Amino acid sequence: MSSLRFGLGQHQRKQPTGTRPGRGNLMKTLTHLERLEAESIHIIREVVAEAEKPVMLYSVGKDSAVMLHLARKAFYPSPPPFPLLHVDTTWKFKAMYDLRDKMARESGMELLVYQNPEAIEKGINPFDHGALHTDMWKTEGLKQALDKYGFDAAFGGARRDEEKSRAKERIFSFRTSSHGWDPKNQRPELWNLYNARKARGESIRVFPISNWTELDIWQYIHLNDIPIVPLYFAEKRPTVERDGMLLMVDDERFPLQPGEVPVERSIRFRTLGCYPLTGAVESEAKTLPEVIQETLLTTTSERQGRAIDKDAGGAGMEVKKQQGYF
Amino acid sequence: MADVETKEAVYVTDQLIADDIDAYLVQHEHKTMLRFITCGSVDDGKSTLIGRLLYDSKMIFEDQLDALQSDSKKVGTQGQEIDFALLVDGLAAEREQGITIDVAYRFFNTEKRKFIVADCPGHEQYTRNMVTGASTADLAVILIDARKGVLVQTRRHSYLCHLIGIKNIVLAVNKMDLVDYSQEVFDKIVEEYGEFARDIGIESFTALPISGFKGDNITTLSDKTPWYKAPQYAGITLVEHLETVEVLSSVDADKPLRLPVQWVNRPNLDFRGFSGLIATGSVKPGDKIRVLPSGKTSTITRVVTYDGDLEEAVAGQSVTVCFADEIDCSRGSVISVADNPPQTADQFEATFVWMADEAMVPGRAYWLKVGTQMVSATVQEPKYEVNVNTMEKLAAKTLELNSIGVAELTTDKQIVFEAYADNRTLGGFILIDKMTNATVAAGMIHFSLRRSQNVHWQAVDIDRKQHAGLKNQRPAVLWFTGLSGSGKSTIANLVEKKLHRMNRHTFLLDGDNVRHGLNKDLGFTEADRIENIRRVGEVSKLMTDAGLIVITAFISPFQADREMVRSMLPEGEFFEVFIDTPLKVAEARDVKGLYKKARAGELKNFTGIDSPYEAPRNPEIRVDTTLISPEDAANLIVDTLLGDA
Repeated sequence: MSSLRFGLGQHQRKQPTGTRPGRGNLMKTLTHLERLEAESIHIIREVVAEAEKPVMLYSVGKDSAVMLHLARKAFYPSPPPFPLLHVDTTWKFKAMYDLRDKMARESGMELLVYQNPEAIEKGINPFDHGALHTDMWKTEGLKQALDKYGFDAAFGGARRDEEKSRAKERIFSFRTSSHGWDPKNQRPELWNLYNARKARGESIRVFPISNWTELDIWQYIHLNDIPIVPLYFAEKRPTVERDGMLLMVDDERFPLQPGEVPVERSIRFRTLGCYPLTGAVESEAKTLPEVIQETLLTTTSERQGRAIDKDAGGAGMEVKKQQGYF
Repeated sequence: MADVETKEAVYVTDQLIADDIDAYLVQHEHKTMLRFITCGSVDDGKSTLIGRLLYDSKMIFEDQLDALQSDSKKVGTQGQEIDFALLVDGLAAEREQGITIDVAYRFFNTEKRKFIVADCPGHEQYTRNMVTGASTADLAVILIDARKGVLVQTRRHSYLCHLIGIKNIVLAVNKMDLVDYSQEVFDKIVEEYGEFARDIGIESFTALPISGFKGDNITTLSDKTPWYKAPQYAGITLVEHLETVEVLSSVDADKPLRLPVQWVNRPNLDFRGFSGLIATGSVKPGDKIRVLPSGKTSTITRVVTYDGDLEEAVAGQSVTVCFADEIDCSRGSVISVADNPPQTADQFEATFVWMADEAMVPGRAYWLKVGTQMVSATVQEPKYEVNVNTMEKLAAKTLELNSIGVAELTTDKQIVFEAYADNRTLGGFILIDKMTNATVAAGMIHFSLRRSQNVHWQAVDIDRKQHAGLKNQRPAVLWFTGLSGSGKSTIANLVEKKLHRMNRHTFLLDGDNVRHGLNKDLGFTEADRIENIRRVGEVSKLMTDAGLIVITAFISPFQADREMVRSMLPEGEFFEVFIDTPLKVAEARDVKGLYKKARAGELKNFTGIDSPYEAPRNPEIRVDTTLISPEDAANLIVDTLLGDA
């Protein structure tokens, strides 16, 4: 069923100017995904035309997958004229490393993998170091990588619907030479004119999918058959339950606590990060439409669940969800 | 409660998701998109309306609603009822904390469309934010509190939306519940607004009586306003109107083709494509096109995308096109339909919205970006400024933050343009400060002041190449800059003598001498200094066109002005020569006794004393006069010039 629908989607894409019933001569209204796609491609091309040394931050998640796909569309038949940068923590899921390497090969782009040497030396890991793990591997690692290669523009896959503060960030976001961001001093962005000029040492973070919502991302992946990490789909996987989270035992580095035995459960992931920090959900959704369906509907029951919590006297407002689809 | 009724009346998608996810996805896939701006303040119920739209389109979930209900009771302003404003209170919180109030973008869906709302602050000090939000909007919702009627801010918001070219104006007369849903009140407001709208040139608008708080006429027609169904009214709900109104990109598709080139795609010798977002019109293989500004013509052979070649592409799509002929085309070029091309020009009248804390400096060179073209531009003193509350035209010497005015503009080379009213992409521009790189203004071109006779460049039979060739030299400008008394004139004289002995054709433009003639009408204010340099730059350019090596000796203290001259000349012909003499040394020399006068307060705006000198960052040549003699300095300069030549 879903593959049939998918075929339909492809057909639609090849006729973007195709007839729309009941619109008479005005048969040229683009769909929202076509407009979003065109906007993102325009942004990516502007950066390449105006920046000296751009790079695309690639986290291997679904947003990164869409961003990479848009970059390939922007420059086809050339490969995107910039490298991919993966700021690695060494603790990602195996399946993520597999897809990362496959996509770099397929896109013809150079893949730069950066691991913070200090974090390697100190053996920083999510089991023993908590917040320090994220700070050293990701935040510090990113700054070091950008400085090392001298990139002056970095594409990131953040979206405005993710949280309230993001709703106000520009598409072109400036950073000082020490990577600082001054939200009070953002440049106005009018029409589709982007000002990419900057002094030496300054850099820009560019968010080409700012105006996409989570549902748009899923739908676009579906319509374009974009490869994503199989962990987004349900499958039987070895898991342990810890602190109310379902964790997947992805490799032998996972320290089992006394009495803990990995259990096979049908699970999938909604977001992907370091495997010891990423909770799974039990699910049977094996195709994209099923995942989208489950995501859309599961949220309802989650909400109901929280309503019960509230009756019990707990629960606060889930601020992050206010602007999200799910 | 009314809220719950409304919600159930509109939203049935949950069932579709559960029953047939594929059908739901197909439905979502085919949605179009509308971007709109909401104008008003919290007092007009703007946050409540946005909260209501998000709520009615299921952007707010049960758990949030529960929390909202308890919050509303705790801190809400609506008694026991839900205070939707709390949902979008980011802006309110910002205001309390006194941090920048900015455009926030919010998203929601109905079964027909995806919506992006630019939620803008309404106060006058946020004019630039509203203009920014309006620049990408297909439609504007102007909110009016039914109890208060048309206010000063209503006029301001409407003027700004009209200025930025929004054709779809919705007059949402809100809080109808607080005036007993009175037809009379509604009629009176619409009539008053109609008069004002006609005065400022708004051709049409759609007026709706609503209550964001109660949900009347938002998603379902309210039984409280039965009179609204009469034929003289729109008679539809706000959401229905938003779902059916025509979007800008489909209007643009019916105009002639304009495709600003972003990037040339050249993966190998067999492929040469030109990439860009189609601003207006459509393009298909076989179309005859003209590339501006060169005016060369060719035929489209392919419209290339990753998903395969297209039979046709329309306004709003990002594509790559190929030509039948190898004609000159690069970033900044505009691909146009062959028989109806846009014009090129270098002098314009335009409306400006000033967006920087630092006011406009007439005569100063800024970067101007229009479409994919980036040129250097100077703005004249405004013809007038517009009072955004009364639309009165006022005399002005400059434009300050948030002010709007009309002024003339000159670019250093011809740009491809259209009037903003015809084409937002080729008529809308931003100005960028050359020093700070900040976006300082937005502008909209009205018309060119001096039309180019022809889109084809008229070839002059004897051009600058031939002039220079006869003299057997490469033209250049040696632009000396440095403090008064640094030694510019002395060294410049030596350089000219040396070049002359070497049979080079030169001309020395000296600051003092020029001020006796060409620039004798200019004083020493910042604006006059800029004009002084601009004229010298233009004269230098003419002389290089005649094949000469021009030597200039002016203090020229501002980087932006020197960059202005640099940008007038072809790449590689401008040599910035920094005569680097510390202030202490120059002041000790004080050849003309000027420092003494300046210190005594007899001379105002004296560089180094009460006016800054911005040293060149990357001069082609730097001469440290504390280390080498004038003779050695002249040798160094001549060697660099000729060695480079």
